[in-house]
Amino acid sequence: MSFYEYYSNYKNIEHEAFFKNLTEADILRTISKSKISELEFLALLSPLAANYLEDMARRAHQASLQHFGKTVLLYTPMYLANHCTNHCSYCTFSVANNISRHKLSLEEIDKEAKTISATGLKHILVLTGESRKDTPVSYITEAVKILKKYFDSISIEIYPLTEEEYKQLIDAGVDGLTIYQEVYNEKIYDQVHISGPKKDYHFRLDAPERACKAKIRSVNIGALLGLNDWRKEAFTTGLHANYLQSTYMDVETSVSLPRLRPHKGSFEQVVHVSDKDLVQIMLALKIFMPYLGITISTREKQELRNHLIPLGVTKMSAGVSTEVGGHSSCIDGDGQFEISDTRSVDEIRDAIRERGFQPVFKNWMQIT
Amino acid sequence: MDPLMIGGTALNSRLLIGTGKYANDAVMPEVIKKSGTEVVTVALRRVDMESKQDNIIEHIPEECILLPNTSGARNAEEAVRIARLARAMGCGDWVKIEVISDNKYLLPDNYETTKATEILAKEGFVVLPYMSPDLKAAQRMADAGAAAVMPLGAPIGSNRGIRTKELVQIMIDEIDLPIIVDAGIGKPSEAAEAMEMGAAAVLVNTAIATAQDPVNMGEAFALAVKAGRMAYLAKTGPEKVYASASSPLTGFLHEGDL
Repeated sequence: MSFYEYYSNYKNIEHEAFFKNLTEADILRTISKSKISELEFLALLSPLAANYLEDMARRAHQASLQHFGKTVLLYTPMYLANHCTNHCSYCTFSVANNISRHKLSLEEIDKEAKTISATGLKHILVLTGESRKDTPVSYITEAVKILKKYFDSISIEIYPLTEEEYKQLIDAGVDGLTIYQEVYNEKIYDQVHISGPKKDYHFRLDAPERACKAKIRSVNIGALLGLNDWRKEAFTTGLHANYLQSTYMDVETSVSLPRLRPHKGSFEQVVHVSDKDLVQIMLALKIFMPYLGITISTREKQELRNHLIPLGVTKMSAGVSTEVGGHSSCIDGDGQFEISDTRSVDEIRDAIRERGFQPVFKNWMQIT
Repeated sequence: MDPLMIGGTALNSRLLIGTGKYANDAVMPEVIKKSGTEVVTVALRRVDMESKQDNIIEHIPEECILLPNTSGARNAEEAVRIARLARAMGCGDWVKIEVISDNKYLLPDNYETTKATEILAKEGFVVLPYMSPDLKAAQRMADAGAAAVMPLGAPIGSNRGIRTKELVQIMIDEIDLPIIVDAGIGKPSEAAEAMEMGAAAVLVNTAIATAQDPVNMGEAFALAVKAGRMAYLAKTGPEKVYASASSPLTGFLHEGDL
C-alpha cells in the first residue's frame, strides 16, 4: 500500500463534523493514553483540544524527554543554487520571478563549507532550487564529495528524485532527505504550482518513500503552513510521517513545521497560522508519534524558538543564510525567504543551554 | 561488593551508565563519581575528536572503562565498522553492540547482533551485546564469544521497569555469562529488583540523565544496585502463595491420634 492509498482512507473526513462531535472527555482521555490512533490524533488538532494545550504540552514534554532527552541537534542550510524551473506562487525562487540567480562552483562550495565548518556545525542541509538542468544530480554528487571533508552528516533538500538517483547520492555520502509536499490538498496543490515539473503531485508525494527504499538514514517531511486549513494539512502530515515510520522502521522520521514567510511571490490567500496553532500541531504530533523528530527553522522568531525547545523540538537550524553562498558572502543574491531568527551559531548554542538543554553539534557519522 | 568479572577485568561497581540525553555533559564527572560506576558507554556517533565546541569523551574520567556503543548501526556490518573505528580512535577494546533497525520502538536485532558479536570477539574485542531477551539468542551470543549479554528490561528510554522479567530470569538461570539488564530501568527500586533477581549488573542512562538532579539520582542507583546485590547474595526467603497461618487448618493432625 502506498501512502496515497493509506491517506485515501482519511482524506474525505468531514473535519468540521468530526470536531463538532468531540467532547472534553474525549480530549482528556486521548491525552492520557499511551498510544493513540489516527482519529485521536485528529481530535488533538481540534479547536476543542486547543483548550487543553497545557495538558498536551506536559504529555509531549514527557515523551520528548523520554525518547530524546534534553538535547537539540544543530544544523544549518547551505544553498548551492537558486535556479528553478517551477512557477510556484508562494516562492521567491519561482521561475516567474526576476531575481539574481547563482550556482556555486566547486571551489565556492569548498569555501562556503569551510566557513560553515568553522562554526563547529557538523550537520548540514544542502539546498538547491528545483532545476535538473542547472543543478543535475551529477553536480550535487560532486558537491557532496567536497562537503564530506567538512561535515559528518549531509542532508539534501532538492527536487524529487528517482529511487536510483537517491541511491546515487546516498552512495556519495548523503544520509538525510528533506522534502516538503508544500500542500497535501490536491486541488490547492494544482493551483499554487502553476507550471513546471513540480505540478506532478504524486511524484513529489512518493519522493520520501523512494528515498526510504534507496536506504536513506532519515527523512524530514512537512507542509508549508499557510497554503490551506492548517488542521487538515497537519493531520495529513502526521499520517504521512506515521506511514513512513511504520513502513520503513529503519529510517528516522521527522517533521518540519514551516510557516509561509514574506517572499517575492504572488500567493495572497495566506491562511493565518498563529503561534498557538503551531504549538498545537507540534504537541499533537508528538503525542501521536513519540519517536518523531521535530525541526524548527529560523523562519520562526527567536523568542518562540526558545519557548518551543522543551515541547519536543529535536533539531534547530542555526547561523542561517538562505542566500546562495550566503555564509562566505562569495555571491550577492536573493534569499529564498526572509528569516526571523538571525542569531549566530554561538548565540543559539547559548540560548539552548540557558533553557537547560544541550546543543548537539554531532550526532551522526558516515563510516566507509 | 563482590567484584564482577567481565572480559578478565574485575569491576567493583555493578552499575554501568550511559552518556546520552544529558542537559549538559559537564555534569557527567560528578554523576560518574557519585554513582561509583567504572564503565561508561558512549555512542561513537556522538564523539567528535576535533570538536570546536565539546567532546563528550572529555567528560569521562580516565580511570573509567570506556564502552563505545554502535548506536546507529542497522546491521552487523555497520556495527563491526563502528567498533573497529572506535578502537582505532583509542577508545579501547570494549564495545557494546547495538544494532537497531527499527526507529519506531528501537528494539534490537538479535540476529545481526549475534553476527557482529562473532566477528568482533574473534578480533579480540570485549563484546557486550544489547539484545531482546531470548534464551536461544543469548546462547548463540555466548557461543560467539560475548563477554556478557545485555537484555532489555523494557524498550530503551521508556523508564518502565523490568517488563521482560520472566525472560530475563530464564537467561540469568541458564546462561553462564554475566547478564546485564540494559534499557527500561527507570527507578532505583527497579535496579534493585534486577539485582535481586540475580542480574550481574545493570546499565542505566535515561533514568539518570533526565532526572531533575542527575548527580543524586546516580548515587541513588549506586545504593540500589548495592542493596539488590546484597539481597541476592543473602538469598531472600522463599515466596509463598498463602500466608503461614499461626493456627494452621491442619494443626489437629499433630495433636495426637484422634
